[in-house]
Amino acid sequence: MDNRILLIEDEPNISEAIRFILQRDGYLVDMHSDGATALAAVAQKHPGMVILDVMLPNRSGFDILRDLRANDATAGLPVLILTARGQDKDRDLAMRLGASRFITKPFSNADVLTAVRELIAP
Amino acid sequence: MVPFNLLVLVCLLYVLLLFLIAFAAAKRAETGQLGWLRSPWVYTLSLSIYCTAWTFYGAVGYAARSGLEYVTIYLGPTLVMVGWWWFLRKLVRVGRTQRVTSIADLISSRYGKSNLLGVIVTLMAVIGTTPYIALQLKSVTLSFAVFASNQPEGGTMPDLNATALWVATGLALFTVLFGTRNLDANERHHGVVTAIALEAIVKLAALLAVGVFVVWGLAEGPADMLARIDASPVSGWDLRGGRWVTLIFLSAVAFISLPRMFQVLVVENSDERHLATASWAFPLYLFLISLFVVPIAVTGLAVLPAGTNPDLFVLTLPLSQGAEGLAMLAFLGGFSSATSMVIVAAIALSTMVSNHIVMPVWLSLRGSRASMSGDVRGVVLQARRLSIGAILLLGYLYFRFSGGGEALAAIGLISFAGVAQVLPALVGGLFWRGATRNGAAAGLLLGFAVWAYTMFIPSFGESALMSAELLTEGPFAIGWLRPHALFGIGGLDPLVHAVFWSMTLNTIAFVTGSLLSFPGPMERLQGAQFVNVFDHTGAARGWSGGAAEAEDLLVMSQRILGSKEAQALFQAEARSQGRGGYLPDVTPDFIERLERELTGSVGAATAHAMLGQIVGGSSVSVQDLMAVADETAQMLEYSNRLEAKSRELARTARQLRDANEKLTELSVQKDAFLSQISHELRTPMTSIRAFSEILLQDGAMSAAKQKDYAGIIHDETIRLTRLLDDLLDLSVLEAGQVQLNIQSANLRDILDRALVATQSGERATGLRIFRDVASEDIELQTDTDRLCQVFINLISNAQKYCDAASPELRIRARSSGDHLEVDLSDNGCGIPEKSQDMIFEKFSRLSDEARAGGAGLGLAICREIMLNLGGRVEYLPGQGGAAFRVIVPFAPGPAAAQGPSGAS
Repeated sequence: MDNRILLIEDEPNISEAIRFILQRDGYLVDMHSDGATALAAVAQKHPGMVILDVMLPNRSGFDILRDLRANDATAGLPVLILTARGQDKDRDLAMRLGASRFITKPFSNADVLTAVRELIAP
Repeated sequence: MVPFNLLVLVCLLYVLLLFLIAFAAAKRAETGQLGWLRSPWVYTLSLSIYCTAWTFYGAVGYAARSGLEYVTIYLGPTLVMVGWWWFLRKLVRVGRTQRVTSIADLISSRYGKSNLLGVIVTLMAVIGTTPYIALQLKSVTLSFAVFASNQPEGGTMPDLNATALWVATGLALFTVLFGTRNLDANERHHGVVTAIALEAIVKLAALLAVGVFVVWGLAEGPADMLARIDASPVSGWDLRGGRWVTLIFLSAVAFISLPRMFQVLVVENSDERHLATASWAFPLYLFLISLFVVPIAVTGLAVLPAGTNPDLFVLTLPLSQGAEGLAMLAFLGGFSSATSMVIVAAIALSTMVSNHIVMPVWLSLRGSRASMSGDVRGVVLQARRLSIGAILLLGYLYFRFSGGGEALAAIGLISFAGVAQVLPALVGGLFWRGATRNGAAAGLLLGFAVWAYTMFIPSFGESALMSAELLTEGPFAIGWLRPHALFGIGGLDPLVHAVFWSMTLNTIAFVTGSLLSFPGPMERLQGAQFVNVFDHTGAARGWSGGAAEAEDLLVMSQRILGSKEAQALFQAEARSQGRGGYLPDVTPDFIERLERELTGSVGAATAHAMLGQIVGGSSVSVQDLMAVADETAQMLEYSNRLEAKSRELARTARQLRDANEKLTELSVQKDAFLSQISHELRTPMTSIRAFSEILLQDGAMSAAKQKDYAGIIHDETIRLTRLLDDLLDLSVLEAGQVQLNIQSANLRDILDRALVATQSGERATGLRIFRDVASEDIELQTDTDRLCQVFINLISNAQKYCDAASPELRIRARSSGDHLEVDLSDNGCGIPEKSQDMIFEKFSRLSDEARAGGAGLGLAICREIMLNLGGRVEYLPGQGGAAFRVIVPFAPGPAAAQGPSGAS
C-alpha cells in the first residue's frame, strides 16, 4: 500500500494533529512513539513513507534514519524528518544522513501536506 | 731688650706672611698653575713637619739631659727614608691608587672598607696626637714667657694659659681657612703645604743661625767646639742600648704612622718620584737641623746659670748674649715648628673624624635621604671645621691638665708610642694577605689599651685617673698589673716597657686574630689590591702563578657564583689536588672547569673574557673586573626578578586557561541548554499551531471534536506557561538572587499545604499518601513558600511517575542535630541507577516522563531552592521505589538569611 505512512512521534498531541490532517487528505497513518522499536515497526508495517521525530525516547531519530538507509529494504524509503531542533547543523546532519525532507516544529500543516504529497501519492 | 709688643707684632706679621703665601699658592693651584708647587723640594720641605717644636727646642734639652740619645729621633726617619724607601713607595702607591684620605682610611680600606677600624684608628690618632698638640702649645707659650720675663718692667708678664688659648685659637682659624677649602681630602692643600715649606726653611735657618752663632761666635770654631763638647758632661752619658733601639724604632714608626706625617707623606704627595728626591734630601735636612744641637746644649750648660730650662737654650742663649735679632729669629723658628705641626695634624685628624665618625653617624641618622640631598658637602666641611676646633681644644685642655712640668721630649714620646700601635695592622696590611679585619681590630685595641694603661694615663701624674697606689701597687694590689711593671717584669725603663708590651701584645693579637678569622670577599679583594699594588697597576705584568692568582679567581668567582658555591668549588678542586684550604693550584684543567661554571652564570663570552683577562695577564685592573662582576650580580638579580615575573605570568596564564576552559564549558552548557529550551518551547507550540490551523480551516468538524482540539490547545498553553515560569524561577534561584522570606513555621503545616496543592482539582490522582503526623511536629525558621514548593514538586513527581498498580507515597520526618530530614518514598520502580546522578540536572527528563507533561526542571528547581535555604535534597537509592530526602536546617545560616550573594 503506497499511501501508508508510519508516523514515529512521542508527543501524543502532535501525533494526533498530523494523523488528522493526513487522514483527511486520504493517507493511511500508523503511529509509533518509541525510538527503540521504531525499526521493527517499519519492518512490520511496510509503510510508503516515514515521518520521523528526532528527540525520541530511548533512541534518536537520526540513528533510526541511519539504520533505515543502511538497510537495502528501506534505503529508498522516503523519510520526512520533523523536529523541534531547528538549527542549521541539525538540517545538515539530516540531509547528510539521507532525509528526503526536513521540516522544523512548529510547522504549517500545509507544508507537511505538500511535502508528503511530493513523496507519495495519497 | 726686645719689647714684648714688638714680639707679638713680629709674630702677627709672620703669620700674615704665611697667610699671604698660603693664599697665593692656593690661588695658583686653583687656576691650575701648579708649577713649582709640585716641586720635589716643596714635598721634601713639607716632610719637615716631622721636626716640630719638640725637635726645635726639645732636642737641645734632650741632649743637655741625656746626651746623644736625641739623635735617635732623627735616626728613625733617616733609616726609613734610606732603607725603607720601597716600603714608602708602596705606601704612597697604595695611597694614590686607592685615593686614601688618611691613615685611618688606609687601614679601613685595606680591611674590607671596615668603618669599625676607621673609627678605632681615628680615636687612637686623636688621643695619641692630643699630647703632641699640647706640646706645641706649651713650647710656644714657654718661648713667649722667655721674652716676657726679660721685660724691664716685668709687670706685664702674660698669663701662660691665656697665651696658649690665643695661640690655639689662631691656629684653629688658620687651619680652618686653608685646610677646609676642598671637600676631597685627597685633593692637595697646596696653600698649606707651601706655607709649611716656608716654615721649614725658617726653622732650619733659625737653628743653623743659632748654631753658627754658638760655634763661631761664642766658641772659636769647630775645633774649639769639639774640645768643649769633650769637656762637657753631655758626652759622658752612657748609651743605653734598650732605649736607643726603642727610640729609633719609635721614631721610625712615627714617621710613617703619625697622622700629620701620613698626610704630607702620602696624601699630599703629588708625584711618586718626589720620594726619590726626598729619600736623600730629607735625611740631609734632618742632619742639618740636628747638627748644632749638641754645641748649643753644651754651650748652654756652660754659659747659662744652673737651673735654666735646657729646652729653651735655643732662645735663651742668644738673649743672654744680647743677640736679640737672632733670638727673634729663633723664636720665629720655634713658632714655625709648632704651628706647622698643629696645622697639618689638625687637617689630618679633622679629615679622619669627619670621614669615619661624623659622616657615618650623620648618614645613619638621616637615613637614605642623606645621599640624595644636596647639603652633604656642607655637612662634611662643617664637620671638619668643628673637628679642627675640637682637636685644638683637646690639645689645649691636655696642656692645662697634664701638669705642664714634663720635659718636651717625654710628651712627644707618648704620642709616638700611641700612634705606633697602627704599625702591625699597617705593615701586615701591605705585605701579608692573610691579615684580616678581626686581627687588625684586636691588635689595635689591645695595643692601644696597653699603651693607655702603661704610658698615656700615667702621664697625667697622680691624678684622679690613676692614683699613686695604683702606680706602685697595681690595680686591686695585683702586682703583675702595675702600669710600669706588667707581668712582674720591673726595672725596665718605662718607655721601653710600655713600647715593648704594647707592640708585642698588639702584634700577637693581630697575627692570632688574622689566622683565626676568615676574610670576607671585600677584604680579600682589598688585600690583594694593597699587597700586590705594583703588580695590579703594572701594565703588562698582570696575573701569573701562585696562590695569589687562585685567590683572585676565588674572589671573582664568589661575586659571580655566590660565596658558598665558589668556595665549595675551589675547596673541592684543592682537595682533588691533594691540598688543604680553598686555594688550589691554577692548572689549565681547573681554569677550564671554572670557565664552565662561570659560563653558567654570565654566558660563555663574558666568562672567557674575564678569565682570559685574569689568567692571560692583560692590563685590565681587578676593579674593572669587579665592576663587571657586580654588574653580573645585578643582572642575576634582574634575571631572578624576571624569573619570578615569568612564573607569575605563567600562573596568570594558567588561571586564564582554566577560566577559559570553564567559560568554554559554560558556553557548551549554554548551547545545550538553549537547544533544550528551544525544543521544550517548540513542542507545545507545535501542537497549538497544528490544532489551531485545523480548527481554522476545517469547518465541517463535529462540535465534540472541535471542543476536544480546543482543549488540547488550552492544555498546551498551560504547559508552555508553566515551563516559562519554571525557567524564570530556576534562573533567579541559580543566580542566588532570590529574596527569601524567612519565618517561623511548623513542618506539619507546610506539608499540609503541599498536599492540598497537589491533590486539588485536575492534579488529583490515585496516589495515596501515608504520613506520620506526630513526627512532623517540628518548629523551624525557613522560607515556608519555597520549602512547600519543594514538597509540591516531589509529590507531583510521585503522582506523575510512580508506576505501581496502586501508587503510594510515604512521608517521614525526623530531627537530627541542627536540621530536620523529610523522606518521601513511593512504591514505584524507582530511578535506574545510571540516571540517579543526573536527575537533578536541568532537562534531565527520563525517557518516558514527557508523557506526564514535565519539562525536566522540577528537581533542578528543588535542588536550587534547598541550596538557597541552607539545606539540600538528595536521592535515596535502594529504597524500593523512588525516594528523596529533603534536609532543612532549623534556622538558616547567615548566608541563607541574607539570601545568597547580593539579594537586592
